[in-house]
Amino acid sequence: MTVAQLIKSFTLWEFVKAHWLTLKYFFKPKATINYPFEKNPLSPRFRGEHALRRYPNGEERCIACKLCEAICPAQAITIEAAPREDGSRRTTRYDIDMTKCIYCGFCQEACPVDAIVEGPNFEYATETREELLYDKAKLLANGDKWERAIAANLEADAPYR
Amino acid sequence: MTAFFQSLGMSYEWAWFVATVSGILLIALPLLLGVAMIIYADRKIWAAMALRRGPNVVGPFGLLQSFADGLKVFLQETIVPSAANKAIFLIAPVVTFTVALMAWAVIPFSELAVLADINVGLLYVLAISSLGVYGTVMAGWASNSKYPFFSAMRASAQMISYEVSIGFILICVVLWAGTFNLNDIVRAQQGHGLGILNGFAFNILLFPMWVMFLISSLAETQRAPFDLTEAESELVAGYQTEYSSMAFAAYWLGEYANVLLMCALNATLFFGGWLPPLDLPFLYIVPGFVWFLLKVLFFFFVFSWVKATVPRYRYDQLMRLGWKVFLPVSLGFVVLVSGYLMLTRYTV
Amino acid sequence: MIHVFAFYLFAVLTVGSGAITILSRNPVHSVLWLILAFFNAAGLMVLVGAEFIAMLLVIVYVGAVAVLFLFVVMMLNIDFAELRAGFIKNFPLGVLVAVVLLAEMVLGIGAYRAGAMELGTPDGIGATPAGMTNIEAIGALLYGRYLFLFEAAGIILLIAMIGAIVLTLRQRSDVRGQNIGKQISRRPQDATRNVNPEVGKGVTL
Repeated sequence: MTVAQLIKSFTLWEFVKAHWLTLKYFFKPKATINYPFEKNPLSPRFRGEHALRRYPNGEERCIACKLCEAICPAQAITIEAAPREDGSRRTTRYDIDMTKCIYCGFCQEACPVDAIVEGPNFEYATETREELLYDKAKLLANGDKWERAIAANLEADAPYR
Repeated sequence: MTAFFQSLGMSYEWAWFVATVSGILLIALPLLLGVAMIIYADRKIWAAMALRRGPNVVGPFGLLQSFADGLKVFLQETIVPSAANKAIFLIAPVVTFTVALMAWAVIPFSELAVLADINVGLLYVLAISSLGVYGTVMAGWASNSKYPFFSAMRASAQMISYEVSIGFILICVVLWAGTFNLNDIVRAQQGHGLGILNGFAFNILLFPMWVMFLISSLAETQRAPFDLTEAESELVAGYQTEYSSMAFAAYWLGEYANVLLMCALNATLFFGGWLPPLDLPFLYIVPGFVWFLLKVLFFFFVFSWVKATVPRYRYDQLMRLGWKVFLPVSLGFVVLVSGYLMLTRYTV
Repeated sequence: MIHVFAFYLFAVLTVGSGAITILSRNPVHSVLWLILAFFNAAGLMVLVGAEFIAMLLVIVYVGAVAVLFLFVVMMLNIDFAELRAGFIKNFPLGVLVAVVLLAEMVLGIGAYRAGAMELGTPDGIGATPAGMTNIEAIGALLYGRYLFLFEAAGIILLIAMIGAIVLTLRQRSDVRGQNIGKQISRRPQDATRNVNPEVGKGVTL
């Protein structure tokens, strides 16, 4: 052990240096954003909360082909279908168990009419588990609420498909 | 204060009683408020050093965060594990909390503002801080769960080990000051360093003692890097694992009250307590209370700073530091200091 | 008034918790009650003006000895059925101890009735001089009058400590400990070497 090392270990030099480093960081600008008030930009391909979309005339897009139910790897989607009064094939039940969903996006890829999509919303934490079992009404409401953002995202992503 | 209540027409005994009770309240209530703010400060400092923001939503700059947490904890359900020893399980947090407040009785906030100006003040602080371990040990045992129990074992061994070296360090201070009374110790520090600096830490013989005292007080309060009793990677949350609600909050408050106490001791014993840092007449215009508070806050900043910087020790390293480094060195310094004083102050 | 109240509070708590220490079935509870008894005894010491002794009682007995006590008792795995199994066998011994204790108490009370003991010496060396804190008084006695006995006690304790270490310390060659001094003094150049081996040739380690 050299004299320099001896002096260093008795003056706790390493600790002094470490504390100087953290003190410098103390005065640096923060690396994190001020989350609930500031948000990071999202990719148009971001896969968040699900929504069922409608056509501009108000008619729901889903034709109950059950492709999404078939492809869902987590088996989170349950669909029951029946003909409506006007004879068109529609879902009578469209449930997504959000606690099972793994957000792979296969459902929106499978959908032939762009009905089920994963929107940009990721702030839908709930206080109970039951609130995460989405039914058709909830999904359609989501679609109505997020339609503008979803449509913009789909359009932004369209050239790459 | 007794005299004031006597002037209101009370008998001496009643006046003394009322004065003491109001003195206790005058210390305990601002202390609890201070603890709440200090928890917030701790989180903010720690966050800033990790380039984060820390709590900033509740109140301006998040100042009310601790109160929000307190409210949340207050509304939680108190869970007592079915296999736990109920009485001891519930007494344990009360013990921690009470003991954390008790030691404040002898701390001089300013020359006159001290609840009990007794001549064994320092011994009293040592005695009370040695009681602190019971809350932890009782909690660990009463939880009837293995991680709290391991934590209790660790806590008791750790606190006993570091109390030994703290004892010797305090002996050095007492030797130099010639008294156990905290107020007199503060007075003895006036103009101690180079005739102008107030504080024993500016003494070349006592400076190493201060460094060791700072590190030992980190270990004594189980703060990082010596927070092995609640090492989450090994022991979940240590002795607090089975606690919830107000019992948990009592531990939280007690822990931080202890941290503040250790900061106050650092300030009182080595940095001149309520004296201004420099022995200049115009600095004495500022009340002693303000200087004391500033020093305590500075030491609290140091505590948080260390927490943000140093990684956790391993248990055998902790024990090695306590018994093989601090104990012999502090013992050596007792001999050194008493020898020096023998030569200079008390001619043989 | 407040002195009397404090005395009876501490005294009752000391005696009461002492009694529960013996009566309690759970040994951990016993130790905790014992700690309470110690603590109240310290309170009594403060009342008679011996605050130094009181603080030492708390620091040494409550802060260190009782913690180790608690430590050991908590680690015990106590089987109450097994404890009761030896009751009949140890009964005569228990009775003997009880009789001895009773005799001592009777003697003690008798001696107390006979008149107060003379504390300190008539020349007043043992008594606390006026105007002296009791730390100074104790120091003056220990390092003046009783210096030799005090040092002898210290040496006996030192020998006991060394004895305990000698009995338990054993050198083990099959474990690898951490040599912190060696680790700290190690530099990169002591541990690593830069080599530039030719193609097809290995490196000697």
